[in-house]
Amino acid sequence: MTRKQRRLYFVLLGMVALGGAAALVLTAMNDTLVYFYTPADLQTKHVSPDRRLRIGGLVEQGSIQHQGDVVHFVVTDLTATLPVVYRGVLPDLFREGQGVVTEGKLDGQGLFHASEVLAKHDENYMPKEVAEAIKKSGQWQEEGKKP
Amino acid sequence: MIPELGQFTLIVALFVAIVQSVVPMVGAARGDRAWMEMARPAALAQFALVVTAFGALMACYITSDFSVLNVVQNSHTDKPLLYKISGVWGNHEGSMLLWVLILSGYGMAVSVFGGNLPPGLRARALSVQAMIACGFLLFILFTSNPFARVDPAPLNGDGLNPLLQDPGLAFHPPFLYLGYVGFSMAFSFAIAALIEGRVDAAWARWVRPWTLVAWCTLTLGIAMGSWWAYYTLGWGGWWYWDPVENASFMPWLAGTALLHSSIVVEKRDTLKAWTILLAIVTFSLSLLGTFLVRSGVLTSVHSFAADPSRGVFVLGLLVVVAGGSLTLFAIRGPGLKGGGLFTPLSREGSLLLNNVLMSTAAGTVLLGTLYPLFADALDMGKVSVGPPFFNAVFIPLMVPMVMTMAVGPLLSWKRGDLAGALGRLKVAGVLTVVVMVATWLLAGGSAGPLWAAGGLGLAAWLFLGSLTEWAERVRLFRAPPAETLERIFRLPRSAYGMLIAHASVAIIIAGITGSAAWTTEKIQVMHVGDVVSVAGYDLRLAGIQDNIPGPNYVSLRAHFSVTRNGSAVTELYPEKRMYRQPPRPTTDAAIHTNFIGDLYAVVGDPDGTGGFVTRVYFNPLVPWIFIGAVIMVIGGLVSLTDRRYRVGAPVRTARAAAAKGRA
Repeated sequence: MTRKQRRLYFVLLGMVALGGAAALVLTAMNDTLVYFYTPADLQTKHVSPDRRLRIGGLVEQGSIQHQGDVVHFVVTDLTATLPVVYRGVLPDLFREGQGVVTEGKLDGQGLFHASEVLAKHDENYMPKEVAEAIKKSGQWQEEGKKP
Repeated sequence: MIPELGQFTLIVALFVAIVQSVVPMVGAARGDRAWMEMARPAALAQFALVVTAFGALMACYITSDFSVLNVVQNSHTDKPLLYKISGVWGNHEGSMLLWVLILSGYGMAVSVFGGNLPPGLRARALSVQAMIACGFLLFILFTSNPFARVDPAPLNGDGLNPLLQDPGLAFHPPFLYLGYVGFSMAFSFAIAALIEGRVDAAWARWVRPWTLVAWCTLTLGIAMGSWWAYYTLGWGGWWYWDPVENASFMPWLAGTALLHSSIVVEKRDTLKAWTILLAIVTFSLSLLGTFLVRSGVLTSVHSFAADPSRGVFVLGLLVVVAGGSLTLFAIRGPGLKGGGLFTPLSREGSLLLNNVLMSTAAGTVLLGTLYPLFADALDMGKVSVGPPFFNAVFIPLMVPMVMTMAVGPLLSWKRGDLAGALGRLKVAGVLTVVVMVATWLLAGGSAGPLWAAGGLGLAAWLFLGSLTEWAERVRLFRAPPAETLERIFRLPRSAYGMLIAHASVAIIIAGITGSAAWTTEKIQVMHVGDVVSVAGYDLRLAGIQDNIPGPNYVSLRAHFSVTRNGSAVTELYPEKRMYRQPPRPTTDAAIHTNFIGDLYAVVGDPDGTGGFVTRVYFNPLVPWIFIGAVIMVIGGLVSLTDRRYRVGAPVRTARAAAAKGRA
């Protein structure tokens, strides 16, 4: 076993591991990447119903309806809206008028079945995607920033 | 007065760090002993100064000095003392100060315990440490001054994010930082060795215990964070592949690889360049973690800094450190000739496989964490990379690694006998199959069990394989009991460390498998008196009490009476807390554990008709994950007590050898 041979093994092992990892990454990315849309995007782009996606916007004022453990609410980017249904305990910071990101699937009728609702840890927090979506729709109002 | 003292000592510390980074380095290049020796008192002075600054900030917090902006933004007189103290690092500025404190603490440790190090190596390593300190001190002084005053001083502060007001999270950052920053030791010594162009067993024997210290504390820090997420976020999960979790997990993976490759450097005098590279990569990943978490490019509970100049500064620091050290590596690395040769089937070979898989895993986690940032920057759409991606990539990489973990320690150095090793693992193999079949039969026909049987089988294989290795070494049942007993006591601590750490991985794998395969979840609206059943437990909502006062919050508390087959098990009191300042709600799950599974209850919002949404989980084997992590740390500590790795040991043996030579 010479030094050259050992280096060859090392390189081969590395190549196999990297190649395997690359193959894993590519297949996994294909299946698991979750794209982010705003309600306005969904009106212009066609999204297949069985694809997982993320929706972001504000929870529309007065739209939250509890029916037992099922919650209906509407996500808006102030140009378009999207009705969402979710079953479960909502995060602590989920409130009307606040930013929200939710992950799930669209059904054929345009209702979004959320499997996850993320309202982040900070009360000042506006998901970046949501802020940009609202800026894009031209409805953004700069809030007084805290010192 | 106290804040100004803190600020002043920080500025002095910066100048000391500048001197410490320049003078010893020049001295080492010139061979000037006096200049090299500057490093030690400078490191002590730097530590004393940073401790003073940190103490000053802590004094401001404890006395609630609201003339300091940082205290105003993160504290409140109502807060319990523990959270006034933990508030010091519960914010961006203070946590950076903690970072520098720990960095200078490690520098001081080199200075105090490093009496036996070769003077050139010590001087250069301390100089590199001081360079890192310069970077972070400049960062603090120019972009994140914790001592900035506010005038007029408000009567009270804004309070600390209630999610951070938790005993688990109070000590999570210090441990995490002890780990992150601890890898700076391996890094500094790697750079010093590159400059000297020499890596030898003594180098590895120095780097190993420090890497082990960093690794233990990082493990504990990650485990604390995970445990916190488990019981406070109310989702019943313990790991989300969240970018900030990944930020701490990547250095852990690379650090684990470093820990194993430095064994090869020490014992076999080979894989030198690779080990140096790993040391650089591990610390760079720690810095990357800091950048990701502190820059605000990722939004989470950790991202205090929304100020872009801070992100740019840390990114610049990362580029200088990683870019500079990798350039140095490219120039000097090829000159590091390894000694010992080995075949692929050997202890070295299996450690190398561990390294390749660990670093590949770290690479894929890095890719998944950064991909959304790249995609956004390149206008490829907004994407999120979530648990499905990481699970699909990470698990296939870990399975072969865990399988070889049981075999590797049974192979000998240089040239191993795979058939012999597998032969000795026969019993372990048979028992593994038994575990798999039993799992499959007991868990019944649902979709989970097939791979769950694989997961538990993997855990059993590793656990039994590790025990087999130990049994081989003490010649259990094959030598007279007296001899075995003697061997048990004579076996080095590091061997026990490995046994414990590897077995803990098996325990964690079992925990992960259990939680992924058999967690049961029930979500429902409950009125007082309602009963919900999960995994054989009956939970009766016995009452709901509102407006219970806490120190700085009021809480809504549900009371569940838990019975199993009619006999009382426990009472659970999940809460929803509403903090006064800042006015923010948190969830406090109630957990009953019997160490085989957790019964986990959360109370949610009222439904408007007098009922409350509740979530109840039964999480089988989840406690094993946290118990396993603690055992893993214990394994590391046991290994650390091995007298061969006691700090300073290398030169003592060298001296003994020299004495022998004279005699």
